[in-house]
Order: sequence, then C-alpha cells, then structure tokens
Amino acid sequence: MPSVLPLGDPAPADGLLDAQAAVGAAERPFSLYIHVPYCTVRCGYCDFNTYTATELGGGASQAEYAGTALGELDFAAGVLERSGLPAREVSTVFFGGGTPTLLDAAELGGLLGRARELWGLAEGAEVTTEANPETVSPESLARLAEAGFTRVSFGMQSAVPHVLKVLDRVHRPERVPQVVEWARAAGLNVSLDLIYGTPGESLADWERSLDAALACEPDHLSAYALIIEDGTKLAAQIRRGEVPDVDDDDHADKYEHAEARLSAGGLQWYEVSNWARTADQECRHNLAYWRGSDWWGIGPGAHSHVGGVRWWNVKHPRAYAQRLATGVSPAAGKEVLDDGARYVEDVLLRVRLAEGLPTATLRAEGRAAVAGLIADGLIDAKAAFAGSVRLSLRGRLLADAVVRRLLPD
Amino acid sequence: MARTAPVPAATDPALIRNFCIIAHIDHGKSTLADRMLQLTGVVQSRDMKAQYLDRMDIERERGITIKSQAVRMPWELDGTSYALNMIDTPGHVDFTYEVSRSLAACEGAVLLVDAAQGIEAQTLANLYLAMENDLTIIPVLNKIDLPAAQPEKYAAELAGLIGGDPEDVLLVSGKTGVGVEGLLDKIVRELPAPVGDPDAPARAMIFDSVYDTYRGVVTYVRVVDGKLSPRERIQMMSTKASHELLEIGVSSPEPEPTRGLGVGEVGYLITGVKDVRQSKVGDTVTNLAKPATEALGGYADPKPMVFSGLYPLDGTDYPVLREALDKLKLNDAALVYEPETSAALGFGFRVGFLGLLHLEIVRERLEREFNLDLISTAPNVVYEVTLEDKSTAIVTNPSEFPTGKIHEVREPMVAATILAPNEFVGAIMELCQSRRGQMRGMDYLSEDRVELRYWVPMAEIVFDFFDTLKSKTRGYASLDWKPDGDQVADLVKVDILLQGETVDAFSAITHRDKAYAYGVMMTSKLRELIPRQQFEVPIQAAIGARIIARENIRAIRKDVLAKCYGGDISRKRKLLEKQKEGKKRMKMVGRVEVPQEAFIAALSNDENTGKDKAKK
Ligand SMILES: Nc1nc2c(ncn2[C@@H]2O[C@H](COP(=O)(O)OP(=O)(O)OP(=O)(O)O)[C@@H](O)[C@H]2O)c(=O)[nH]1
Ligand SMILES: C[S@@+](CC[C@H](N)C(=O)[O-])C[C@H]1O[C@@H](n2cnc3c(N)ncnc32)[C@H](O)[C@@H]1O
Ligand code: SF4
Ligand SMILES: [Mg+2]
Repeated sequence: MPSVLPLGDPAPADGLLDAQAAVGAAERPFSLYIHVPYCTVRCGYCDFNTYTATELGGGASQAEYAGTALGELDFAAGVLERSGLPAREVSTVFFGGGTPTLLDAAELGGLLGRARELWGLAEGAEVTTEANPETVSPESLARLAEAGFTRVSFGMQSAVPHVLKVLDRVHRPERVPQVVEWARAAGLNVSLDLIYGTPGESLADWERSLDAALACEPDHLSAYALIIEDGTKLAAQIRRGEVPDVDDDDHADKYEHAEARLSAGGLQWYEVSNWARTADQECRHNLAYWRGSDWWGIGPGAHSHVGGVRWWNVKHPRAYAQRLATGVSPAAGKEVLDDGARYVEDVLLRVRLAEGLPTATLRAEGRAAVAGLIADGLIDAKAAFAGSVRLSLRGRLLADAVVRRLLPD
Repeated sequence: MARTAPVPAATDPALIRNFCIIAHIDHGKSTLADRMLQLTGVVQSRDMKAQYLDRMDIERERGITIKSQAVRMPWELDGTSYALNMIDTPGHVDFTYEVSRSLAACEGAVLLVDAAQGIEAQTLANLYLAMENDLTIIPVLNKIDLPAAQPEKYAAELAGLIGGDPEDVLLVSGKTGVGVEGLLDKIVRELPAPVGDPDAPARAMIFDSVYDTYRGVVTYVRVVDGKLSPRERIQMMSTKASHELLEIGVSSPEPEPTRGLGVGEVGYLITGVKDVRQSKVGDTVTNLAKPATEALGGYADPKPMVFSGLYPLDGTDYPVLREALDKLKLNDAALVYEPETSAALGFGFRVGFLGLLHLEIVRERLEREFNLDLISTAPNVVYEVTLEDKSTAIVTNPSEFPTGKIHEVREPMVAATILAPNEFVGAIMELCQSRRGQMRGMDYLSEDRVELRYWVPMAEIVFDFFDTLKSKTRGYASLDWKPDGDQVADLVKVDILLQGETVDAFSAITHRDKAYAYGVMMTSKLRELIPRQQFEVPIQAAIGARIIARENIRAIRKDVLAKCYGGDISRKRKLLEKQKEGKKRMKMVGRVEVPQEAFIAALSNDENTGKDKAKK
C-alpha cells in the first residue's frame, strides 16, 4: 500500500456501501486482501504503509494486530450483508505488507480460518502470503500450508549483494534458493519478486539476478522497475547526490532482458510486470485487481473495491485499531465511480494484461486510436484484428502512453 | 508663495518659464524634480516620496522614468512671482521620442550630468536634440554630494561641449537639495519667456495624450497663441473633429482645474473622448468658433524598430490580448500591432516596439494589468527584400521571408555613438567590428573621454550589444543610437525544423556568417527543452533546403508504472488524469508534443530580457 491516501468523499461510520455495489455482484468473484503493517527494518526505497516499531500503543502493537484484523473481518461480513450483497465464497486471499510473516503462522492461519468461517473458501481458492526470505523456516512454511495457504511470494529483489545493500535488504542471496526449497517441500507454489534498475546495478548484475531466480524454478515471478518514491531514504540519497539516479533507458533495457530470459526460461508474461509458468499459476488475486473484481482490504491503509465503490482505511495502525474497538468503520474515505471513471479504470487496468482488452469494450475514440497504435508498433496487429488490444513488447514499456491514447482527452 | 503665484489663464507670458530636465539615464532628473516640487511648495514634505513623478508601478519598480511628466510650480525671484513649467523626461534611449515631444513645449532645458560619471552618450544625444529645438541650455552637475564626484573635471567637459565658462556650470545635489534654489533662480533669469499672440486665434500643441480609466483621455498641451477656456468648443486641426472642453487645468502635480490656459502655459484638457487617437500627439488644438488657419509644426510619429510576435499561452485569451493592446495603445503612440497566426503558437499579434526595454515593459504591463500569460517570439528588426522580379516585400516576421529568388536584402542601420574612457577604445573597436560596424569618426571630448561614432546594422545593436559593451568596458561605456538608413547585406533566413516540419516561431533572419551559430544554439537548446517522444525527433537548422545544424531527441522507451500498487487504483487513475492534463498544455508541431515552457524558454533570450538589464 503506498502511504499517501487518495482524497475522496467521507466514508460512513457504519461502513454501509452505496447501492451500486450490490448490482451484479453474484456474477463477480470476491477476494480478500489482508495487510500486515510491520517490518523489522524499513527498506530505503519502500513507501508502503508499514512500521518498524512493534509497539505502536493504543491497541496497535504487533502482538495485538491479528486480533484487531479479526475484528475487521467480522465487521466486513456484517457490512456486506447489510448492504444487500449476496453471500459469496472467497476465491482468493492475499496477505501483504509490510511483512506478513512477522506474524506467527498460527495467527495468519487464524485470520484465514475466520474468513473461511464467515464466507467459506471457494473450491481451489488461491491463498498467498508475501514473505521476506529471512522470516521463514521449514516449519513455519509447513504450518502455513497446513492452515490452507497455497502460495508464497518471496521478496528476493536481487541476487547481487551490492544491489541488495543499496536496497537495504537484510537477507543474503543464498537464502532464496533455500527458502524456495522449503516452500516447495511444504507443498506451496512459489513466486519471486525482483526489482531492476537499482542505482549501481549493471546489466550483468540484473542478468545474474534473473538467472538466479530462474534457477529456483519459480512458478511465478514479478519484476518491478525500481520507483523512487517521494519521502523515502533512497530519494533523499539521490537528491543529495550520494547515489546515482535511476534511468528510464536502463529500465527499458533491463525489462527487455527480463522478457528474453524469462520467456526462454519457460515463464510467460500475463501482466506488464508479471510472468507465470502456466496459466494456472498466474496470480488470480492480482488478476482480480486488474479485472475490476470485488475485494475487501483488511488492515490500516488497505484499499477495497466492490462494484464501483472504492474505499480505503485510515493509515495508522493505532487509529485503525481505535476505530474498530469502538465499532466504527475504519474507512477514511471512499469514491463512488461513475460510468466515466469505471471506463477509465477498466481501460487502464486491463490493457496491462496479456489477455488484452476487448476492442468491443472501447468507446469511439478508443477504437479510432487502434490503427495508430498498430502503426506505431505498440499493440499486436493480429490480436487487434481478433478483437483485443494486446500490448507488444514495445507497448508494454509504453503502456501508460497507450492508455492515454485510448482514452478521451 | 502660492498665494502670490500667478493664476493660470491670467498669467503674463513674461512671468512664465517652460523648461525640461534632460540627462543620461540615472543621472538624477527625477530626484532633482523632487527637490523642485518641495522647494516650490507644490508637494508638502510629508507627502514626498523619492522620484515622486515616477507614478507607474513599473517606473517605481524599475527605478526609471518611462513617461514625461509636466508640473506647474510657483517661484519668486526679487519680489516677482513666476510660474515655472517643469517637465521631467526619461533617459533611456528607447524613450527618446518622449524627450523630443517635451522639448517642443519648452524654451529651455536643464542639462543634468552626474558629477561622478561625467558626460555620457544620452547626455550628448539629448543635448543635440535640445539644440535642434533652439532651446536655451542650463548646464548642471548633479550628485555633488557623492565622494566620487569630480565637479571641476566634468564642469570643464561640459563647458567644452556647450561653450562658455566652467564657472557657469551649476553644482547641485538632488539628494541633499544643495544648489537647487540657485538653479530655480537661474532658470527664471536666463531662460526666455514664451512669446505668442494673446489675441490671435487659439493654437495649442498637443505633446502628450494619456488614457485614464476615470477621466477618459487627458490631453497635455502647450498654448502658443490665444487662450483656451472651459466649456468652449475646441477643434483638432488635423481631423477637424470638435469637442467640448469639459475641463482644463494645470498639473501641480495633481490636476487642478483652472479658468483656462493662456499664451505660453502648459496644462491639460479633458473632452470626454475615450480614444486617444482623437487627440493625437503633435496635433494643434484651436477654437471651433474662431479657428486658426495654420497648424503648428507637429512631431513625426515614433517608428517601431523591433518586432516580436505576442501570443497568449491560452489560445482563448486572444480577444483579451486584442483588447489589452487597444487599451495600451491609448497611452503609447509608439505601439503598433497587427494580427498574425503562427502554426506553432496559434493566434497572436506582430507588435512593433521602440527597443527591447519598450518590448519588455509592454509585455509586463499586458501580463500584469490584463492578467495574461504571453509568449513573445525572438525580436527582430525590419528587412526589405527585393526579389529577382524587382518586387519588394517588407518583412517584420522572419517566417514571412520570401522564398522566391532574392535579388537583395536591405537591413536597417543605426548611427551609434559610444562614449567611454580612453583605455577602452581598442575593446570597443573590436566589438563594433565584430558587429559589422563601420567607423564614422572619433573625437576626444576631454583628455581621457572619447566619443566613437559607428554605422552599424540595427540588428547587431538592439539586442545584446549594450550588455556586451558594458562588460567589455567594466560598465564605463555608454551608448546611444538612432536609425540611419539601410544597407544591402548577405542575410539569410534560418529555419528550425522538428521532425522535418518548420516551426515558424523559431525562424530567424541573420547574417550568413552567424547563421551557423544561431542554428547550433537553437537546436541544442531545443534538445534540452523538448521531452522525449515515442519516436526519434530530429531537430535541424536549415537555410532553405540546406541543413546547417542537427540534433536528435532519442525516442522515449519507457512510459509505464511498473510496481505492485496493491489495490490503490484511485491513485493510478489520478496519475493518468495528471498526465492527461500535462498533455493539454502541449503544443503540437506535426506529431511532436512541445510543452509551452519549451517555447518560452527557447524564445526568451536571457541576455536581453533579464530585468536587471532594463537600464542603459
Ligand atoms: N548621491 C546622490 N544620488 C542621487 C542624486 N540624485 C539622484 N540620485 C540617485 O541616482 C539614482 C537615479 O535617480 P533618478 O532621479 O531616478 O534618475 P533619473 O535621471 O530620473 O533616471 P531615468 O528617469 O531612469 O533616466 C537614484 O538611485 C537616486 O537616488 C544625488 O544628488 N546624489
Ligand atoms: C508489498 S511489497 C513488500 C513485500 C515484502 N515485505 C518484501 O519486501 O519482500 C511487494 C513488492 O513490491 C516491490 N516494491 C516495493 N517498493 C518498490 C519500489 N519503490 N519500486 C519498485 N518495486 C517496489 C518489491 O519487489 C516488493 O517485493
Ligand atoms: S520489507 Fe517489504 S514492506 Fe517492509 S520495508 Fe522492505 S520492502 Fe517495504
Ligand atoms: Mg527619472
């Protein structure tokens, strides 16, 4: 969760959703995101809503957190029911952070168990947790699998020590293959997160990281270009000239290398920054975001979306805990999307997917832009004739420009 | 004193003295005027502020006079009360025409020289103007309070210039007031009184005309013959238009309505007209019932020398800009403009100015008083192009430079006068040569002060010449110039092309020898300013079809947010909206998106528009 909350409309204290949320809900899958806002150290590049103090006071300590989050799960079930939404099983659950694995496997399992009690888990539900390599053991992974987790996503970021150092990562590169093996042994699917374009990272460094990741034979891999977020330590270091700035051309080179290596290594892109070994192993939870499905986000700063109603919780764990303790919705603000905004989001999100955006959903100016996008080599001609806007490799790197061209001025 | 002061409309011309204060810029005219306002009692000490007559915001901010101001003041000498009309004039070369108009309303001039600086270029220029107008000159050294003042030396210089005895040069300080009473006495004693026929049909010369939001057009006149009275009908001799005189009065320095104005008097008229063009500077006002037969000699209209395109940043502001120019024109006879369109900048105006300071001031007033954001294109002078078929075109906009077979191009020339200490002669000659100047003469004004006269292309003078001159002479040189004919020159148009398309706003006419430098400068500047696009953008400079310089903007390769943002989709949408807003502020040149800031930055030449460069 980026730490700056959007400006929206005030959210009601009872959490009740606007009427449009329920329209057509029975046809949409339902997902849960559970945020865990704690880390042992704050990485210099990270602006996610996370805290390194275990004791935040006011019922917001790390130890009390699982209990508080259970409270929001109960609250969510009540709100959905009272807002007239049909009972739906949960199709995906994603624990993100922060570092979810700072909580005990039993606590994570407890949260998942509560979701199961409240809504039921769909047949073959995908249940993921993010995990920093240094926070897991063979036992903890086995207990997660036992509790119903199906997938773990490790924050590998790089296999090169000097890059990990710039990123403030505390694990050693050798740790990653080890934890992957443990996860496998526990029966979990494995995903790896990589970051490219870190200051000081050479092309050779990046290839080393890609090769190291591929050597682990992950089922899924995410590769993110390093973004220098305002207010981070890394941003300050760059401003002071202590660390060189990131460079878009370097990012582009590295993205192209990633695509080449990963596809050669048997991974297929299905979203601009995501690759999977088989279609089954695509992250269905993230797809739910891109496809505009419904999900409830549990935790401070977490975002939710149900049928064109978006809302987000108060940012600080303490404020969050206090809201729930008094039975008030933790939502800080909300946004009810009109048709125009829903269309914009639809185009914005689905264009990023390899499955493409059906041209039939485009409005007139979007359809008119298609020819130019083909001519400029930004989208795939064959797919376009078959009825969907699918980014070419060049188009993936220029996806925001493609989106701007598809949308009205 | 005021009680015994001669009353307007009933003042014997013998008791009137009309004079202006002329000097090089900054030599202290307005400050001296302050002391006179105080000594004569027309401004009370508690109301006094420095450069009281510099009333426009821009004048006060920049510390320079732009418009002449006339003030009537009483003064008593040897028991007789006199009426003095004093006109404070601007010193900057761009506003010389203001000075010449003021001179025509006077019999005498106080030639003021900074006692720490000595004679400078506009001292000479204004002195010669005054002499051409047959004025009696009173030489005065100012700022004698300054430790660096050298009154003896410069008194000798001045006396050498005007003739007469160095002893006759008055020493004053506008700051402390020393010597100012003596100066006022001397003005009464030495300046001739105006002469005119009080019984002849009225004739008054319009020397200024100003639009005032509350009062309409205020016309400043100097009565030569006869008398003008309130409520009578007056007639403009050139247009024969007649108006009722709603108000007539003198500035003292606030407007004071009077029972009229008689021979030799200076004052203002209000007729209720809203358009200064009906009250043209240089015209003669007469009485409708008893009209004069012969008009007084007028003034030549000031001729714009520098042209620039002015475009509103926001295209929808075009009508506002038109109206704003119409309004400014009311106060500024020198301002000329006509609509033009630019492929790159849209609808705007080609505007003529007297010089760069004039341009800067007009632009600033437009932006400030009318709340406009403007782009101004690189200024240029006027060229006359003759084609092989002998047809000629006057080119005020480089993009209109003819493309046919050209027989010759003529460029305007100026006679430039540079005054500087001896030691800089070499550096100045070098500079003038590099600017294609031809020496016309050189004189020693005194032992160590030299006057150099050059004939130089105007285009080489009006832009950055003065700044270069100053830096090569450690600030000691001063410059004056006036238009002086034209010459045939090897001039070419340099075009700037973005992805093969000419961007009209960046075209320039330069001497062939300087075309390459311009091309390199502009292409590299644009390469820095234009953001990368989805395709490679070549930037070329060309003379006709020949490319003389080239730069490349590499294609952008990455324009995508690739980070796991969890479910914060609102943020992504807002980001997109911001990007789209940014795109709206882009001007399209062919397929290339050029941010407006790039146009502004590429067109603003820091060398000649910096505020600190306002002074000459
Ligand atoms: N020390 C000293 N400074 C003076 C004197 N007279 C003027 N100054 C200073 O010289 C500067 C220019 O004075 P102005 O009166 O504005 O000069 P100006 O000739 O009216 O200038 P323009 O109208 O722009 O040509 C100001 O900073 C004044 O304070 C003087 O007698 N003594
Ligand atoms: C929610 S974050 C953190 C998960 C976990 N705590 C970790 O660090 O491994 C998920 C992923 O986002 C990516 N990420 C975080 N900050 C980023 C940034 N500034 N630029 C690019 N990717 C970033 C990292 O790859 C990270 O693994
Ligand atoms: S461990 Fe992950 S969430 Fe925590 S600070 Fe680092 S990147 Fe951010
Ligand atoms: Mg002045």
